[in-house]
Amino acid sequence: MNTITQQKTTCYHCGDLCSDRSYQTGDKTFCCNGCKTVFEILNQYEMCEYYEINAHPGLQKRGTERADKFAFVDLPEVISKLILFTDGKFTHVNFYLPQIHCSSCLWLLENMHKINAGISKCRVDFEQKEVYIVFDETKLSLRKVVETLDSIGFQPHLSLQNLDNKKINQPDRSRWAKIGIAGFCFGNIMMMSFADYAAGGLGVETNIALFIKVASVILSLPVLFYAASEFFLSAWAGIRHRYLNLDFPVALALVITFVRSLYEIFTGIGMGYLDSMTGIVFFMLIGRWLQSRTYQTLSFDRDYKSFFPIAVAKVIDGVVSHVPIEKIAVHDVLQIHSNEIIGVDAMVSKGMANIDYSFVTGESMPVSLAIGDLVYAGGRQVSGIVEVIATKPFSQSYMTNLWNQNQHQKTTEIRENIYDIVGRYFTYLVLSIGLVSMIYWWQSSRLDLMWNAITTVLIVACPCALLLAKNFTYGNLMQVLSTNKFYVKSADVLERMTKIRHIVFDKTGTLTDVHQAKVNYSGEALDLGFYKTAIASLLSQSNHPASKAIVAFLQPSEILEVEHYKETKGGGIEAWIDDHYFKIGSPAFVQHEINGTQEIGTNVVVIVDHSVIGIFNICNNYRQGIRGLMSKLKNAYNLSLVSGDNATEMDAIRQMFGLKASVLFNQSPSDKYEYISALQAENTGCVMMIGDGLNDAGALKQSDVGIAVADGSHTFTPAADAIIDGESMAKLYMFFQMAAYGQRIIFATFAFAAIYNIVGLYFAVQGRLSPLIAAILMPASSITIIAMSYGLVSLLAKKLNTQKDVYSQTIQQIP
Amino acid sequence: MSVIIILLLVSLTIAAGFLIAFLWSVSTGQYDDLKSPSERILFTDKSKTKK
Repeated sequence: MNTITQQKTTCYHCGDLCSDRSYQTGDKTFCCNGCKTVFEILNQYEMCEYYEINAHPGLQKRGTERADKFAFVDLPEVISKLILFTDGKFTHVNFYLPQIHCSSCLWLLENMHKINAGISKCRVDFEQKEVYIVFDETKLSLRKVVETLDSIGFQPHLSLQNLDNKKINQPDRSRWAKIGIAGFCFGNIMMMSFADYAAGGLGVETNIALFIKVASVILSLPVLFYAASEFFLSAWAGIRHRYLNLDFPVALALVITFVRSLYEIFTGIGMGYLDSMTGIVFFMLIGRWLQSRTYQTLSFDRDYKSFFPIAVAKVIDGVVSHVPIEKIAVHDVLQIHSNEIIGVDAMVSKGMANIDYSFVTGESMPVSLAIGDLVYAGGRQVSGIVEVIATKPFSQSYMTNLWNQNQHQKTTEIRENIYDIVGRYFTYLVLSIGLVSMIYWWQSSRLDLMWNAITTVLIVACPCALLLAKNFTYGNLMQVLSTNKFYVKSADVLERMTKIRHIVFDKTGTLTDVHQAKVNYSGEALDLGFYKTAIASLLSQSNHPASKAIVAFLQPSEILEVEHYKETKGGGIEAWIDDHYFKIGSPAFVQHEINGTQEIGTNVVVIVDHSVIGIFNICNNYRQGIRGLMSKLKNAYNLSLVSGDNATEMDAIRQMFGLKASVLFNQSPSDKYEYISALQAENTGCVMMIGDGLNDAGALKQSDVGIAVADGSHTFTPAADAIIDGESMAKLYMFFQMAAYGQRIIFATFAFAAIYNIVGLYFAVQGRLSPLIAAILMPASSITIIAMSYGLVSLLAKKLNTQKDVYSQTIQQIP
Repeated sequence: MSVIIILLLVSLTIAAGFLIAFLWSVSTGQYDDLKSPSERILFTDKSKTKK
């Protein structure tokens, strides 16, 4: 194993470890040129306060930039799609900057006018991760604005999808207004009703009583017709689809409470239950707000378009111009720079193509292609510039077809959740209780009591308790999960998670960390210096990913001069250093047999002067804690692995997944999709898919719960029901437990609250539920639910957090 | 007319005033982004020129 120790220096800008000291300004060290440039720009404009607000506030900005990287922003088509409004002088534009993460970012962006005087206003929306910029069109172009943002480390996320549905994100303000109005009306009606309760049997003076009654009715109107409108709309939508949702009994109870209250007030019997009615609406709205407070910054339904570039560099007679990706025609010559994504299916015509398909197909190692080979859209050029000739337009390329093919098969059935079912039985039960008591009183010829009984039964029976329990518990639970970097799209996802019986994993990028290859070295000791530096110097000449991984592993302190360097594609390299002949490459290239133990992964053999020095073994690095996670999961669920990669790691996977699991390699995106469908057709329970790439997109959509894995918040994730941060993969089992506990909490809370309803029902069937009892029972049950759900979820979070410490301990123990 | 009714009217009017203030603040977008203002207020402007 690697025993190289080095004094650790962290980058002043981003806080990453610096591998060497080549990037320095004054006493500050940077990890890469990008970070250093950002610092220099900020220093130039005296904006280093950025670094004072938070330590290492930046994000790593690797790679060298090309001057025409944003040339496409000059295209009229792109400009017209980006700009929100312009009056010829001042132009308003909105960018999504996924890099925004701390208060330093906020400060820097809002002080952009110091860097470029043409920018007159810059306003950050932290929750949306958006920046709203007003700039002077006569002084600078839109491209310049984008370039300025990019130069300080905030590259705007410009993608086709963003451009196509450009909208000013208007948050739902009516929700706040509804809560405010409901709260106001509830509070005031309650306050006035106290007079009546306090008077007890004596009754309030007639004048005052009349005033209170009129005021209560007036105040209840906006609640019923405005604040509670969403319950009526949702209930009505359910009825139209011939299905009773949980909102139906709620809406019914609201109407009956209101009508009954009006009846009581106008006939002079009493004050009605308007305070209870408005109170319930108020609490339920808060519950809904809590549950819907999802993560606005995360996008759960990106499609493939947001993955592709907006424009590509097209070469006509040796001159490069930028064209929107949709306008590429067959036979166009395109120039692809390193780290760019190839937008259309094409054929390599010039240069060395090293295409990383890990995102599209799941292959972990990049593919080297020669002139004349075909490249598929979605591949990423690893290094160097390459020219390709388009063989298909964008709309017909492999990726686009694949996506659209899965798209129209998407199931559109309404998934009924367990709460709707429980709520419905609850409603039936209560309706029959109401019916029985009605018949009873009718037979005893007490018609007055009969009406009294049936209405109060319905009022008491409102399953608001269940709704409240659900909304508050899931709302709190989602909050807890998000602090653990697991973001679910909606509460329904948590409910469906409890029904999962089968989990299907993707390998590359999901179980493994694609950014970190694990390098092992066996052979003669390298610490002595010369060999280590020589090997590193040699390999640093090559762009092959294996070479790069080894160089990163060796961390050379100096680079030696290399002579007679020769690279054989798909084989290895040979060269002379200090009169020693080095030959490094695959076992086939150096003609050296490797014994069985090192079959996993890629092997690189080092030969110096015709004798073998040692062997580097590069294999996928499994995410931390994956083994522990699997050992827990395999007892509770059926596991599968469906990977697009080759079967070299079969044994390692087998070990983790157990003998029962089905492990499939070399699977195409549609194979993955079919596999999920086949599992679902077996009807043995819900299927969960966990994947990260575009090749998993179809399977993620088809599965009952699709979880996308993301490394960092601004990487592309395909459409999914939930997004999990790569670091949190090991906690997946814990998230399953939480979802299951969450459901138990809801039912426990509901059962507890139901006691109030039973007490209420006891009085109601006898036809003597007084407004006083109703007025006490309703808010008391609501508050109990809120307190219980909040308390239990916090308790659960605490318990699981201590469990988390156990996780990290076991990781440290097992090397 | 009892004094209670006047008191109720006064209290309702005051409360309605606050409700209107709340609705105004919602409609002008003060509840759109709850995170940035709390950070923004902590920055001190060193140059002390215009806002």
